[in-house]
Amino acid sequence: MSSFKVNKTIPEINERIRKGRAVVLNAGEMTALVQKLGKVKAAKEVDVVTTGTFSPMCSSGLLFNTGQEPPVIKTSKVWINNVPCYAGLAAVDGYLGATEPAEDDPLNKVYPGRFAYGGGHVIEDLVRGKAVHLRAEAYGTDCYPRRKLDKDVTLADLPNAWLLNPRNCYQNYNVAVNLTSRTIYTYMGPLKPNSRNANFATAGQLSPLFNDPYLKTIGLGTKIFLGGGVGWVLGAGTQHNAKPPRNERGLPLSPSGTLMVKGDLKQMRARFLRGVSIVGYGCSLAVGVGIPIPILNEDMAWFTGVSDADIQVPIKDYGYDYPNGLPRVLGHATFEELKSGEILVNGKKTPTVPVTSLSMCLEVADELKRWIEEGKFLLTEAQDIIPSV
Amino acid sequence: MSEKPHGEVQKGFRKIVYLTFPPEVSGRPVVCNLARLFDLSFNILKAEISPRQDGTMTLEISGLETDFHKGVNYLKENSVRITPVAQKIFRDEDCCIHCGLCTAMCPTKALVVDKGTRKVLFEIDKCSACGLCTRVCPVQAMAVDLDENGRN
Repeated sequence: MSSFKVNKTIPEINERIRKGRAVVLNAGEMTALVQKLGKVKAAKEVDVVTTGTFSPMCSSGLLFNTGQEPPVIKTSKVWINNVPCYAGLAAVDGYLGATEPAEDDPLNKVYPGRFAYGGGHVIEDLVRGKAVHLRAEAYGTDCYPRRKLDKDVTLADLPNAWLLNPRNCYQNYNVAVNLTSRTIYTYMGPLKPNSRNANFATAGQLSPLFNDPYLKTIGLGTKIFLGGGVGWVLGAGTQHNAKPPRNERGLPLSPSGTLMVKGDLKQMRARFLRGVSIVGYGCSLAVGVGIPIPILNEDMAWFTGVSDADIQVPIKDYGYDYPNGLPRVLGHATFEELKSGEILVNGKKTPTVPVTSLSMCLEVADELKRWIEEGKFLLTEAQDIIPSV
Repeated sequence: MSEKPHGEVQKGFRKIVYLTFPPEVSGRPVVCNLARLFDLSFNILKAEISPRQDGTMTLEISGLETDFHKGVNYLKENSVRITPVAQKIFRDEDCCIHCGLCTAMCPTKALVVDKGTRKVLFEIDKCSACGLCTRVCPVQAMAVDLDENGRN
């Protein structure tokens, strides 16, 4: 028998969503409610908490099929808008990685490089309905004689286009500082010398995996908000760390859990999928992800009651330690402190700079909340767990 | 420019302007007269003379508003073209994702994160159009148009 005072099932919550009676809060509202009512009362009142994040998520990409036109082709090299794609899948399947720069990009030859256009930008252009240039080469076979393909296509022309992201939604991340004496350009943005700025990512109390730190409700088959449309969790992402050091609330103290997700690009929106250029580093894709957390019991109410003050983010030196693979942590700052605009790094006041758009994170969580309130989005039961202890 | 009530002393008037000097003026001491003749303070944020002897300067001027206008007229009489910096820098509001990365580089704190809404505020009066934000912005929402030759 369950030892919980509140017990709900996902089918029961879905029934309430269908009838338009489900109580849905975004993760920020839930934090306030749990602080006010306590976890048991909050669990009785609330059915679903919506989370949201919007940040550059490098391990993202597009799995696509270009379709055939006679004479048919087995593509061995493919470019879209001159961005190289991986073509070693099947005749006309390809994969475009978000961080792949255009083939003629000068990279960091003129330092710091601008990385004006890459895979993430192609994905944004496709979602915007723009025509992109598809170019392919093939060696030619008896069954696939065509050697070359050169044409403009739009998202509508592609028989399949799936956003397939091997690693999204990092649970916690680093605060990046630079203890050297020259400015450096990192994936966390430019870092001025002698730790004159501290750059931080993640959505704090709105972040999906901070609201379900042991991934009790998230697994293979969890239906989510992805890039402005519907997507699915496929399981753990690459580099998923199931057993991180945690604080007394169970929140990881270092970057740990990750998710692999997918969704049909054709129903996504460019507002929540933006190609980004990180000066001196490279290209990427900012992805909006929102995950609904069902409040099955008071434990889930307590977890979703997480506040920015509970979240401890490790501060790391990206000037020497990070590039040399040294694990040194300079200390932890709470997300509340990071949002205040200033933290202490080695006793020195350092201005903080966000990399994640918190206003967009809230927009994601609120949009998912609206979908559920309107009965358009039902929750699913995970079919396989993601290990997390 | 609205007229202030008579007799009210306006202190701390401050404006950042972008000056363009034709070749025949760029070699002459003109800007220093803002201080000598009109009691204005100025701070040179950026200055350049091209190989063709065209001069450009980003200047922060402070003093009384009436003196500022006199000074600006003096510059105009000396063939210096004056453009408010606000007309030289743009944010594409639809493009900006309000991440906040630009706030790391902004030297004049014209770009700051609003603590409440978590949106990035752009206070153009404080901007010196240095252009650092245009390099940092991951979605190219900031654009500076600083001289006629397309350089910035």
